[in-house]
Amino acid sequence: MAEFLTKSRARNIFYGGSIFFVVIFVGMTVHSHKYVVEVSTAGMPLSDAVIRGKHVWEENSCINCHSLHGEGAYFAPELGNVMTRWGVQDYPEDAFETLKGWIESQPSGIEGRRQMPRYELTDEDIRGLAEFLRWADQTDTQGWPPNDAG
Amino acid sequence: MKYQSQKVAYWYFLAAMALFGIQVLGGLLAGWIYVSPNFLSEILPFNVIRMIHTNALIVWLLLGFFGAAYFLVPEESEREVWSPKLAYLQLIILVVGTLGAVGSYLVGIHGGREFLEQPLWVKFGILVAALIFLLNISMTVLAGKKTAITNVLLMGMWLLSLLWIFAFINPDNLSLDKMYWWFVVHLWVEATWELVMAAILAFLLLKLTGVDREVVEKWLYVIVATALFSGILGTGHHFYWIGLPGYWQWIGSIFSTFEVIPFFLMMSFAFVMVWKGRRNHPNKAALLWSLGSSTVAFFGAGVWGFLHTLHGVNFYSHGTQITAAHGHLAFYGAYVALNLAIFTYAMPMLRERAPYNQVLNMASFWLMTGGMAFMTFVLTFAGTIQTHMQRVVGDYYMEVQESLSIFYLMRFGAGAAVVIGALLFIYSLLVVRQTEVIAPGPANPVPGE
Ligand code: HEM
Ligand code: HEM
Ligand SMILES: [Fe+2]
Repeated sequence: MAEFLTKSRARNIFYGGSIFFVVIFVGMTVHSHKYVVEVSTAGMPLSDAVIRGKHVWEENSCINCHSLHGEGAYFAPELGNVMTRWGVQDYPEDAFETLKGWIESQPSGIEGRRQMPRYELTDEDIRGLAEFLRWADQTDTQGWPPNDAG
Repeated sequence: MKYQSQKVAYWYFLAAMALFGIQVLGGLLAGWIYVSPNFLSEILPFNVIRMIHTNALIVWLLLGFFGAAYFLVPEESEREVWSPKLAYLQLIILVVGTLGAVGSYLVGIHGGREFLEQPLWVKFGILVAALIFLLNISMTVLAGKKTAITNVLLMGMWLLSLLWIFAFINPDNLSLDKMYWWFVVHLWVEATWELVMAAILAFLLLKLTGVDREVVEKWLYVIVATALFSGILGTGHHFYWIGLPGYWQWIGSIFSTFEVIPFFLMMSFAFVMVWKGRRNHPNKAALLWSLGSSTVAFFGAGVWGFLHTLHGVNFYSHGTQITAAHGHLAFYGAYVALNLAIFTYAMPMLRERAPYNQVLNMASFWLMTGGMAFMTFVLTFAGTIQTHMQRVVGDYYMEVQESLSIFYLMRFGAGAAVVIGALLFIYSLLVVRQTEVIAPGPANPVPGE
């Protein structure tokens, strides 16, 4: 390394530059936070049912088999667009019925097929989950996923 | 071992290695379920096993970092650890928390944010342990000699602990939840942990090669500067498709591409130091792990990271087996292998004897590294096919997965090699045999003619 780059210069560049990038990052985070609330997720209210659904989603750790907006595990299908895939995104009642039917038919028990466990959920829980997944589905995700397969 | 209190590192390393064993066995089990999906499905579902696999990984890597700090800070600061008692208390909190978390998962109590599933009390335990650590190490450094290595190590540890705050922040809005989640996950492995990695690597190379400290420390600052300059805005490569503004596609693509630089520099640094160094250190296995770690990190994080980081590529590959391939090789090279390097270097000293079982240890390096490389290759093939069939053609997920079973079978085989390697590694550090498996040559061979 060239002689003008002494150890103390390298150190000062490290500290100064890092602070610079942290400041920019924080600024962009603030803007992104506003954008999420006001634009990309504003298409549907963040209702109590949606929030309840998110808690049910978390308590059962669905994320460690499924992905949601492409994040999570890769063992089971993407669920960020599942309501579109099922054709029920615009029909809350159908969304609830379809999801209830799905959950109560698991595990399939089919030999050689990946199994989803049976979850004992109340109707309110399932309704919450359906609303949560509809809410996720209406988020503006810049056109992702490329198609309905997820 | 120059300072008595370095001994605490021994217990940290033991706990870390035990969890390492659990981690890879959990991985192997998860890999088996991919091959034979009905296995255990009613008793121990995949998601629980996966949580144990990933959480054990993160906790043992952190235990290794803590232990490494307790080992190297006294040597650097030239004084005893401020309070060995607190260091043991910290370890007890972490072990109890870990056992508590695993127990909770097995009975179905957990959160639902990937990697951060620990029950709240365990999260607090980790926070308290981190605070004890920061106090303890900061007091040691403040009272003693300050070097670039302790500077960078401390900064990494402070910042990563600070970021842990975001483990407690879980907005109801899913997109916000995801954004802040990455503040822990990405800013750990692609920013603050890199500082810790670079500092430990610098310490190892200083000791193993005997190169001038001034040179080592200048490299260190340059490496960590490139890490943070790229890694902070590089977070944007996770903000493409989760409901955040479109400008992240450019910011994320550009800055995360620069993230390759620190990994390239760490690899170059390691080889240049060995080339320049005159010291013929007896611990060859530690040198192998140090070089191996920086090299595999460059491939796993640098090459495999770049593979899918541009937003045009990531649009198709996001959340496929390609991600899993990269995650494995990156974690293995950068953090697993580095931890095993410092264990290999420090354990003989902590047990106050000359380096032992080096041949077995080096064999375990090749078993594990070969296994992880093979696993990465097969998952990359699987991911490429998956991306094409599912994301381009539009075939349904479950059908695509069925056509990938041959790759999952090979992944299981690779995983078995990793498990054998890991057990061999643990054996080689814990059980001291009287002689090496292969007798070493003379210390100073006659130069060839
Ligand atoms: C015995 C060897 C191993 C096997 C068979 C194995 C298998 C697996 C499996 C099946 C998953 C779940 C993938 C999914 O979500 O569908 C996984 C996840 C993961 N494993 Fe391993 N693993 C092994 C070793 C390791 C090692 C040594 C590391 C660390 C270097 C590691 C780090 C991870 C990480 C970080 C994830 C989460 C990946 C992500 O979300 O992208 N594993 N592993
Ligand atoms: C040692 C450093 C690194 C580690 C341990 C690491 C680990 C991981 C893991 C575990 C994931 C999956 C997260 C999830 O569960 O969703 C991931 C995702 C990702 N990583 Fe890394 N990584 C490292 C460095 C890098 C670098 C340097 C780059 C870019 C050059 C990169 C690019 C990416 C991208 C683009 C994704 C998202 C993949 C997707 O869209 O599914 N990583 N990384
Ligand atoms: Fe990242």
